Amino acid sequence: MMLEAKDLTFYYRNRKHAPVIDHFDLTVAPGERVGLTGPSGRGKTTLCRLLAGYEKPKGGSVLLDGKAVGGYKGVCPVQMIWQHPEAAVDPLLRLGDTLKEAGEPDARILEELRIRPEWVDRFPSELSGGELQRFCLARALRPETAFLLCDEITAMLDLVSQAQIWEFLIRESGKREMGMLVVSHSGALLEKVCTRVVRL
Amino acid sequence: MNEEWNIGTREAEPGNRRRRMGLFLVCAGLVLLAVMVSGILLDGAAAETDFSRKNLAPGAGHLFGTDWMGRDMLARTLAGLSLSIRIGVLTAAVSAAVALVLGTVSAVGGRKADAVISWCIDLVMGIPHILLVMLISLAFGKGVAGVTAGVALSHWASLARVIRGEILQLRQAPYILTAQKLGVSRMRIAVRHMFPHVFPQFLTGLILLFPHAILHESGVTFLGFGLPPEQPAIGVILSESMQYLTTGKWWLALFPGLSLVLVVVLFAMAGERVRKLTDPASFHE
Repeated sequence: MMLEAKDLTFYYRNRKHAPVIDHFDLTVAPGERVGLTGPSGRGKTTLCRLLAGYEKPKGGSVLLDGKAVGGYKGVCPVQMIWQHPEAAVDPLLRLGDTLKEAGEPDARILEELRIRPEWVDRFPSELSGGELQRFCLARALRPETAFLLCDEITAMLDLVSQAQIWEFLIRESGKREMGMLVVSHSGALLEKVCTRVVRL
Repeated sequence: MNEEWNIGTREAEPGNRRRRMGLFLVCAGLVLLAVMVSGILLDGAAAETDFSRKNLAPGAGHLFGTDWMGRDMLARTLAGLSLSIRIGVLTAAVSAAVALVLGTVSAVGGRKADAVISWCIDLVMGIPHILLVMLISLAFGKGVAGVTAGVALSHWASLARVIRGEILQLRQAPYILTAQKLGVSRMRIAVRHMFPHVFPQFLTGLILLFPHAILHESGVTFLGFGLPPEQPAIGVILSESMQYLTTGKWWLALFPGLSLVLVVVLFAMAGERVRKLTDPASFHE
């Protein structure tokens, strides 16, 4: 299963003359960790949204196994982790419910992400950003998940949490042959985590 | 006096603010219910004329006095308020339902539906309420049906706009987009993620519609475009009392007017408290 962006073009409404993504090609193979870096406002998050199927491309296509990524029913094999975890969880739901969004979470993953059992009874406003980000990861890592798009997911975390999360993700991507796209401004991080780096 | 000391005493108080608000809501509800029921029961007494006791000033026998036909003003006031509350409940419910449907369709029905509904909202909000209520009431032949239609069809716009905005914002929320990509069904997303966010706004809007509805109903009736003169409505009472005010019969207008204000304020205060209790921002306080 390959995740491919072919001749991808995207512009926001009324901005046809200045596309954010202009005829872009990218292929992510299973087990591969592709780093993506580039200046602010160059369309890194937009690219992630396109690859995850949140936006429809204006030109070209995003294919997963030769099929348009937006067309998958049920749990999409491409999951995206958002930059701001506090916006990615429903503020009115306890985290246990958020975690079970698509079914029972894997106990091994919860343990490896160091999610403490008492956290699941809390509301998002009662946890820190790093703790919430672990929940977002646990929620996204369904058995069906074949590609994980990480949009600056550790930018606001302390170094210890960053190290824990990336070590876990590297292990996980090796174990289940999961392809990853890692967006970051930190060259050192990308060098450490990724198998190759693309500049936007 | 420092901040911590304040917090300490507040926690030591027996009923906290939530409880006191709840208590107020129950009391307000009971008062309004009592007015409504007593008005229905007193409907006969309100129409009863007795020329041996006409134009009595407020006193022990008749707390609100009597009018020029010897009708007891307390009974008339209660009957009028009761009718106002019933019309208010009906119109607020219809208005809120219209607002919910149009707001939702506008938010999820695509750009064209949104344009049409937004245009309607602007149209209705652009015309002064009282004028719109009068015109619709006239078109529906006045009376209870006219007033109900008039108030119901003119008060949905602002709530519809709130609901539209709320849903539009929710649809783009990352946690809802994520839920979609995790294969959660549309129905489940609506029930689990959208409804709890929209409901507090909807409920508050609904309750805050009552005072508007009641005031506008009385307003058009006062101006002669609403309920017929034989109905014991507050608007009718007030407009009739205008002729007698100059002859010194102040009680004909004062007590019904004050009662109307009291009911409206009670509704408004209840709505305000419901908003505070259900506002997501203060949800966990």
